[in-house]
Amino acid sequence: MTAYIIRRAIIGVIILILVTMIVFLFMRLLPGDPLIVYMAGYDINRVNSVGPAQYQAMLHFWGLDRPIPVQYIDWLGKIFRGDMGKSIKLQEDIGVLIAERMPRTAYIGIITFIIGTVGGIVVGIICALRRGSWMDNVLTTISNIGMTIPTFWLGILLIYFISYKLGWLPTSGWTNPFEDFWMSTKQLIMPILSVAVGSIAGMARLTRSCMLEVMRADYVRTAWAKGLQERVIVVRHQLKNAIIPIVTVLGGALGGILGGSVFIETVFAIPGMGRLMTTAIFDQDYQIVQAGVLLFGAIIIFSNLAVDIIWGWLDPRIRLA
Amino acid sequence: MTSILDVENLKTYFKTEYGLVKAADGVSFHVNQGEIIGLVGESGCGKSVSILSVMQLIQKPGEIVDGKIIFNGQDLRKYRSNGPEMRAIRGSKMTMIFQEPMTSLNPVLTICRQVTESLELHLDMDRQAARERAIELLKMVGVPDAASRVDDYPHQFSGGMRQRVMIAMALSCNPMIIFADEPTTAVDVTTQAQLLELMKDLVTRLNTSLVIVTHNLGVVARYAQRIYVMYAGRIIESGLSEDIFGHPHHPYTIGLLHSVPRLGEKHGSRKLIPIDGMPPDLINMPPTCAFLPRCTYKVEKCQKEPWPALRAVGDQHYISCYVDIREK
Amino acid sequence: MADDIEKTAKNNDAIGAAMAPPRHSEWRRISRVFFGRKLYAIGFAICVLLIIVAIFAPWIATHDPLKTDLRHKLEQPSWTHLLGTDSVGRDTFSRIVYGTRTSLLIGFTAVFASAMAGTLMGLAAAYFGGWVFAIIMRFTDAIMALPGIILVLLIAGLAGGGIPVVIFALGFGGIAGMCRMMCGQALSVKQNDYVLAGRAIGMSDWRMMLTQIFPNAFPPLMVGITMGIGGVVLGEAGLSFLGIGVMPPTPSWGGMVNNGQSYLLTNPILSLAPGVAIMLLVFGFNMLGDGVRDAVDPKLRGVL
Repeated sequence: MTAYIIRRAIIGVIILILVTMIVFLFMRLLPGDPLIVYMAGYDINRVNSVGPAQYQAMLHFWGLDRPIPVQYIDWLGKIFRGDMGKSIKLQEDIGVLIAERMPRTAYIGIITFIIGTVGGIVVGIICALRRGSWMDNVLTTISNIGMTIPTFWLGILLIYFISYKLGWLPTSGWTNPFEDFWMSTKQLIMPILSVAVGSIAGMARLTRSCMLEVMRADYVRTAWAKGLQERVIVVRHQLKNAIIPIVTVLGGALGGILGGSVFIETVFAIPGMGRLMTTAIFDQDYQIVQAGVLLFGAIIIFSNLAVDIIWGWLDPRIRLA
Repeated sequence: MTSILDVENLKTYFKTEYGLVKAADGVSFHVNQGEIIGLVGESGCGKSVSILSVMQLIQKPGEIVDGKIIFNGQDLRKYRSNGPEMRAIRGSKMTMIFQEPMTSLNPVLTICRQVTESLELHLDMDRQAARERAIELLKMVGVPDAASRVDDYPHQFSGGMRQRVMIAMALSCNPMIIFADEPTTAVDVTTQAQLLELMKDLVTRLNTSLVIVTHNLGVVARYAQRIYVMYAGRIIESGLSEDIFGHPHHPYTIGLLHSVPRLGEKHGSRKLIPIDGMPPDLINMPPTCAFLPRCTYKVEKCQKEPWPALRAVGDQHYISCYVDIREK
Repeated sequence: MADDIEKTAKNNDAIGAAMAPPRHSEWRRISRVFFGRKLYAIGFAICVLLIIVAIFAPWIATHDPLKTDLRHKLEQPSWTHLLGTDSVGRDTFSRIVYGTRTSLLIGFTAVFASAMAGTLMGLAAAYFGGWVFAIIMRFTDAIMALPGIILVLLIAGLAGGGIPVVIFALGFGGIAGMCRMMCGQALSVKQNDYVLAGRAIGMSDWRMMLTQIFPNAFPPLMVGITMGIGGVVLGEAGLSFLGIGVMPPTPSWGGMVNNGQSYLLTNPILSLAPGVAIMLLVFGFNMLGDGVRDAVDPKLRGVL
């Protein structure tokens, strides 16, 4: 088991490094030059008037005139020291920017994750246990539909009906939950709901199939033959086995939720990491994009690793290999 | 000899998308205390369905539609299949050993837990006492190093060992009757012999009855005292083991015995003759004898009359056939 | 002796024919499962409908989707403009109709491309094994480790959008999944004896892959493809919504949702209608995928 964990961890780190390298390269090789755009004050007409000498000076200031591999190593080194560089456009320290925004995205993300996975699993179990009943049919159909809804569109739909038509909730914005919990919650209900719906639908479908698989297993028949109660059989024999494949997708579920955050932060005007990333990509603000990819990548890789470990531990066939 | 289980006219049908499958169509048998019974027949003849019906383990789309299952004086059909009465009997007084040891044990629970489950449930033992009893049981079925292996998981056991665990589980609450559904089909021949000896030894010691369901005549020949031969959902011959093998009366049984070699026969002294034709489609059964198309002894009566009722041809020897055959 | 055997054989055949259960042909069984579940039939119908709409768009649309008409901007639904007009006077209904083309084009292309690439990679990995397998697996690991949305955002965002970029970005992410699936299938088929037999008679590697392994790995591939289309369309919609997908003025449902956002109070149809179209398409293809999966091999139910 330990060997398994170590191996997965090492692979994770290697992948992270590979990913950052690819992003680094990619950004540098693209057409467009954020430096010029910045120097032209983001005014297209002034682009041609940027003086070459000044440009060179700026290039040197930002260290962009060095060969790419050198830039990369330098960047890596700075990261280890906690310095993520400065945004070209905003002229702010990226570390500060991220520290400001990440908690917001994380707050929403974690709540959505819990609601999405727990809700989905519960629905899935109900459907599997009452398979073929009207409840199963209704819930499964709703799940099927839920998986087709585009997150951003659902957000807009909710804003239209709940904010505009009914006036129950504010349309957008962010409030620090520690300062005004009630307002913060009101603002977050719709964003969280928009992303959670897809999550719940997907998890429900998966849980249902996993449970059904398990319910047909021979060892479940043995359990019935022992005269155990249904409740005991469901928990101790079926769930305990079904949870294993379900856990393996949790990493992907988190990835999906992080992805969803990009959309809802745009729709609901929430100043989080997702918005930061999208704007940075538009502005070709390398530093932010690199730091962001590193961060998101690390979170995903770490959560995949955690999932692998949990899964390995839950399944004795792997734990005691 | 007291009869502890009396199955009368059991009918279990399955509503499938192809039609109504009459898996068991009027099955009757009884089991006395301490007996070893063989329930024999080819795949699909309804033998597994019959014993699953007795244990009330039949699930949709299957349903027991008729018959009486008298166990210990009570008709089990009166009880709901998952009701408290059935659950009290199932797993303690009436247990089952399944065919596939590789998949019949829960992979995420320890062997100890799986054995103590029954003990805690039916015998109301506490964790510690149950654990000790479990170790005892494992020793009894021949699991080496039981005290430490009891905490292992199923995947750490071989197929033969897992089947021994199943046997231990079946014996754990001192059952009156054990059903073994093809208990040795999925293991190699040597292990087969060991397991069967073990089972016979244990049930004789504990005076438990054992019903072995199998398609393998060799298994029942050696161990069973009485045999029921099934075909297409019904019993077509029943009797003492020596009578069935010594002078079988039903064309099907005769055909079966002709198609397998016997120990002691000189090689090449007899041709192995398989039975012509294929097993019937259980959905569209004709009212006449189901074996008719494949029978070489048929007479005119067989084409006209419905499936024959069981009639006696000797002491405890019954057949479902209109023809009288003398066979050596 | 030979006589006996022949007689027995003939006998068996006759008896067998009279007695064996009727053999339903494979296709009949597949269609029965498929259309038996209403949901799958509905999905199939939706897909057919959408494909027809895409092909016959010029005949179905009421106006030119690109034609602006500032005198008639932001109109409510009427008989001339079935779903009203947008901020520059373009007919919403026609744009949705033409948007079907965009979505289906991107959907099919991206999925087929990644299916082909993924299949080749997967088959190669399974067949050659060794270091080929190792490299391909690490590569897919790396792709799958990145959250899909980030990957797609990066590629599309940085390369500026546009249909070819979108297809590449969405297809690229899908390769890893396809590759792993095909590899898994091929590996399990590889165990089978008929592959061994093929080797024994000296079949070449390529022939082996094409004629033996591929046809058996085909069913899950079909399922992967039909399911994948829904995901790609959702992805494209998302990218277009953010402005880095299909570039205006080409009609794209995601882009339309974005444009309509500013007019939500007065003309909600502008944002809401294209979303419904997206849902319809994704639902149709998802149900189609489910149906294909169940018809082809119900055992896959728990797996895919």
